[in-house]
Amino acid sequence: MSRFFLDRLLQSVLVLAAMSFLIYWLIGLMPGDPIDLMISADPRLTPDDAKRLRGLFGLDRSITERYIAWVTGALGGDLGFSRLYAKPVLDVMIPALGNTALLMGSSFLLALLIALPAGIVAAVKQYSRVDYAINFTAFAGISLPSFWLALLMIAIFSVWLGVLPAGGLPEIAGGGWWEGLRYLALPIATVTLVTIGDYIRYMRAEMIQTLRHDYIRTAYAKGASPTRVVLVHALRNALIPVVTIMALDFGFLFSGALTVEIIFSYPGMGKLIFDAIMGNDFNLALIALLFATALTLIGNLLADLAYGWLDPRIELK
Amino acid sequence: MSDAIAAMALGSARGRAWRRFRRHPLAIAGAAVLALLTLAALCAPLVEAGLGIDANQVNLLARFAPPSVEAWLGRDELGRDVFVRLLYGGQVSLLVGVVTALVAASIGTCIGLFAGFRGGIADAILMRFTDSIIALPLLPLLIVLAALDLTKLGVPDAIAQSEQISLYRIVIIVALAGWTTSARLVRGAALTLRERDFVAAARAQGASSARIMFVHILPNLMSPIVVATTLSAGKIILMESVLSFLGLGIQPPTSSWGNMLTNAQQMIQSNPELALYPGALIFLTVIAFNFIGDGLQDALDPKA
Repeated sequence: MSRFFLDRLLQSVLVLAAMSFLIYWLIGLMPGDPIDLMISADPRLTPDDAKRLRGLFGLDRSITERYIAWVTGALGGDLGFSRLYAKPVLDVMIPALGNTALLMGSSFLLALLIALPAGIVAAVKQYSRVDYAINFTAFAGISLPSFWLALLMIAIFSVWLGVLPAGGLPEIAGGGWWEGLRYLALPIATVTLVTIGDYIRYMRAEMIQTLRHDYIRTAYAKGASPTRVVLVHALRNALIPVVTIMALDFGFLFSGALTVEIIFSYPGMGKLIFDAIMGNDFNLALIALLFATALTLIGNLLADLAYGWLDPRIELK
Repeated sequence: MSDAIAAMALGSARGRAWRRFRRHPLAIAGAAVLALLTLAALCAPLVEAGLGIDANQVNLLARFAPPSVEAWLGRDELGRDVFVRLLYGGQVSLLVGVVTALVAASIGTCIGLFAGFRGGIADAILMRFTDSIIALPLLPLLIVLAALDLTKLGVPDAIAQSEQISLYRIVIIVALAGWTTSARLVRGAALTLRERDFVAAARAQGASSARIMFVHILPNLMSPIVVATTLSAGKIILMESVLSFLGLGIQPPTSSWGNMLTNAQQMIQSNPELALYPGALIFLTVIAFNFIGDGLQDALDPKA
């Protein structure tokens, strides 16, 4: 167990290190150039000034040299400034992380509350009308383009019915938690609807598998009620792989709502990363992408841990 | 004689798969919808000629014109015919979806076959690599890849500025992210198949590793590969539409369902119907691929 965990931890660290170089290199390949941006902001700069600035910022050195200098600084806690927001990167990123955690955490809980019972009912009533209806809903959820659903939500609830705000956060509008909930309603509903399909299908598939086992028949033979068999005997075992797959989504949660955040102008990590990439905020894009990568890797590690912890029979090697 | 029996067995296996597939009304419906959409998309130039218009012709006097005999679904913010642009967008989205799914499946199959067949260190390294790719936040990284300045990579200006480049680029980018599922699937199956007697027999006859992999093992893996590729086509169309929607995929004036939604977003207050059609077609196409994939899975998997 611990050997396995250390092994995976080491692998994750290696992947993160490799990704840090890759992302650093890719960001350098983005259109535009920091010095060009300075020149466009200040037309008095001469080519000589540009050359001097390039030397000053080390932009005339090789990619490896620059990377090593940057990593040394970053590991020492110097994450640099954001160009767009004119603030230290962390000051920009921490509120965004909080907002994304709020949006994705509540969507995740809501999705679980709907998907797990739905999956169980579909499995128990396999091939019934209810099963077909639930399955159809799940497929529809998987196939929905999240950004289109977000647009539809705005068209229906903001434009047509005019009951919910189309975007933003209540800090701007002011108001208490009820106002906050009104702003969160559409983004949460969108993310929930597009994630629910996969969860329903996992739960249904696992439950069907589990219900075929001998110990389920034994439980019935001993006179346990169908509810008890399903909710006590079967559910515990069926949940293991489902929980794992959901833990795998943990990292996705921090960047996956990108399109939803953009459409609803929700100031989270996804929108932050997108704005940074589009706005030539190279440093912010770099750090935010690496942060998203690190969180995804942590999610995967947690999934591995959860798997071993939930099912002690599994020998992890 | 034995060939005849084998052919009969194969025929009946195919027949059984077909019978099982037919039992899925949704899969059949999905196939019909896809066939219809493909046909309609292919007819785009005919419709264009028949209506006597140019799909990309800007007509500012007819902005937001309602549906009429000439423009069946009305006109967009530049006075272009929405219906014909949807058909052309369908060509792009379906083409990108299918081609990218095939490219991704080919990459994944080669990597998976090699890893599973070789085993040992090669397998360990390749699968660690695959796991690492799976563990990445793909969408933000794809956005970076889509936003790269190709000239900085040494691509000549003539190619980097050409109109087709966004098409190739999106196929490559999405394929880079999409091969992992089939790689793992093929690797797992190849790992068990290589221990089977027919592989030992082929080896005893002096077949090379490449021949064993591609002639003896690969045909036995076609069912799961077909299922995975069908299901991935849906995901890939979603991915293409997201990137195009964000302005990083197919570039206007070439229409794709994704980039038609980009402008529609601005008009959501006044003309929500412009956002309705492209999204509905993406949804329809993706759900059709998913239903077909689900039906194929049941039909081709003897254990289910």
